Amino acid sequence: MIWNRQYECMEREELRKIQGERLSAMVSRVWNTVPFYRQRLQELGIEPGDIRSMDDLPKLPFTTKQDLRDNYPFGLFTVPQEGIVRLHASSGTTGKPTVVGYTKNDIAMWSEVVARSLTMAGVTQSDIIQVAYGYGLFTGGLGLHYGAETVGASVIPISGGNTKKQLQLMEDFGSTVLACTPSYAAFLGEAIIEEKIQKENIKLKAGIFGAEPWTEGMRTEIERLLGIKAYDIYGLSEIIGPGVSMECRCQTGMHIFEDHFIPEIINPDTGEVLPYGELGELVFTPATKEAMPLIRYRTRDLTRLHAERCQCGRTLVRMEKCVGRTDDMLIIRGVNVFPSQVEAVLLEMSETRPHYLLTVERRHNLDSLEIQVEVDESFFSDEVKELEGLRNKIQSAIGSMLGISSTVRLVEPGTIERSMGKAKRVIDNRTR
Amino acid sequence: MIIRQLSVFLENRTGRLTELTGILSENGINISAFSIADSTDFGILRMIVGKPELAEHVLRQKGFAVKVTDVICLIVPDKPGSLHHALGILSENDIAIDYMYAFSSAEGRATVVIRTAVPQAAIRVLSQHRLELVQAGDIYQI
Ligand SMILES: [Zn+2]
Repeated sequence: MIWNRQYECMEREELRKIQGERLSAMVSRVWNTVPFYRQRLQELGIEPGDIRSMDDLPKLPFTTKQDLRDNYPFGLFTVPQEGIVRLHASSGTTGKPTVVGYTKNDIAMWSEVVARSLTMAGVTQSDIIQVAYGYGLFTGGLGLHYGAETVGASVIPISGGNTKKQLQLMEDFGSTVLACTPSYAAFLGEAIIEEKIQKENIKLKAGIFGAEPWTEGMRTEIERLLGIKAYDIYGLSEIIGPGVSMECRCQTGMHIFEDHFIPEIINPDTGEVLPYGELGELVFTPATKEAMPLIRYRTRDLTRLHAERCQCGRTLVRMEKCVGRTDDMLIIRGVNVFPSQVEAVLLEMSETRPHYLLTVERRHNLDSLEIQVEVDESFFSDEVKELEGLRNKIQSAIGSMLGISSTVRLVEPGTIERSMGKAKRVIDNRTR
Repeated sequence: MIIRQLSVFLENRTGRLTELTGILSENGINISAFSIADSTDFGILRMIVGKPELAEHVLRQKGFAVKVTDVICLIVPDKPGSLHHALGILSENDIAIDYMYAFSSAEGRATVVIRTAVPQAAIRVLSQHRLELVQAGDIYQI
């Protein structure tokens, strides 16, 4: 099923034309209503008339998270307060939160893209969807909620936490779809086993998971625990919230709703636009957003885009799961290294689990990378040569993935610090 | 005549072995024999203990990676050529030894712990040649 066949399956040339029109209109709108953007465009000698099609997009300046902070709270809004019907905010790890505003039309557009997303996961009005994302300032709960109502599904707005209640309603109401963070989905799956709930009392068939990074390994685990197909949804509040992109049944990347959110991949160091298929920083221009459209917003997420038509029939580009954040990127001996690449190698090997720590040192002006990997009991051999063989195997697999050499050291299980949210994966001892 | 040996993964860091022996001592577990095989940054402690199930359990609880392997314990009389004789029998029967280590007991004879992929075959040929093997019941109470 496709929710909006007209836009989701549009010929790419026609889509590009529409994107150009929307971009051009948006630039005029911010020029007239947002002093910050007017000034920035003037500094570059750009006038609204200069932006007529998608070819002109690279001429425009980027917007960063810092720009949002500098214009806190409402400095980037294009409409007066009377036009704003909703405010969301994400807590920053440092300083002020990031505030986003929505007009009535923005909420309608957001509901539409989430409806498209849910439809990709096979959700229809016959479904009962348990929304266990947090409701509140965070966009997850309300984003899924409005989209599910637009589809016509029955929504259980339970929000996050209260696991006992989650399981009770899941059984009693017969929820068929679960929407939450992947880590909470895994947690619920384990709780079902612990509470000895009969498998046949759980009616779930699909899960819509996002808002935090997760791996293919976690997907397999969640699918096994809950007996569902797990779908990846992507979004960020600065652009709209969940529903910027979503996986279809083919699960070969997440389709970006490009008619609303124009994507680009850039080299994070130079800002140069990269062709499809190359790894770089994801940038969005949410051209149809009314309250707070942003010009070329830098997400700091690193990924690749693919534009070949998908088996599902959609022509929208697909983005790969983000391999990391520009903030996480390490430059070792001139090579860009992401902790997630190491994780991918460890997940692919059957003998290891993804518990690792990267330590970078600089000795005699030369960077060295040591990777600690926990020995997993099920693969622990009591022969030195076998463990050394395993160590060498990990070392060469990581070497060919990263393109630089490293030293792998096997450590005891449980010695690498775990945490619910951001695990510490990197220690950089180089003097910056 | 199969003896359960515990192998524990140890990082080469100060005090780690002491932590392990402390845990065993707190739980009243006697170590009858042990050896350490090491590389530059990790070691494998192999040991025969009085209460193998308990030792396995408490070490796992404390986060150690523990593996149980089957070994045989051969008693070798304290006279020239006796170890050579026993090893000759194994080699004639194509029984490969992965590793071995020895400990001596009070009666002036040595006990040799032998790890092989085919412990039952080793027991058979050694018994046929009237060589003495330690019984599980004996060693767990040492
Ligand atoms: Zn598709």
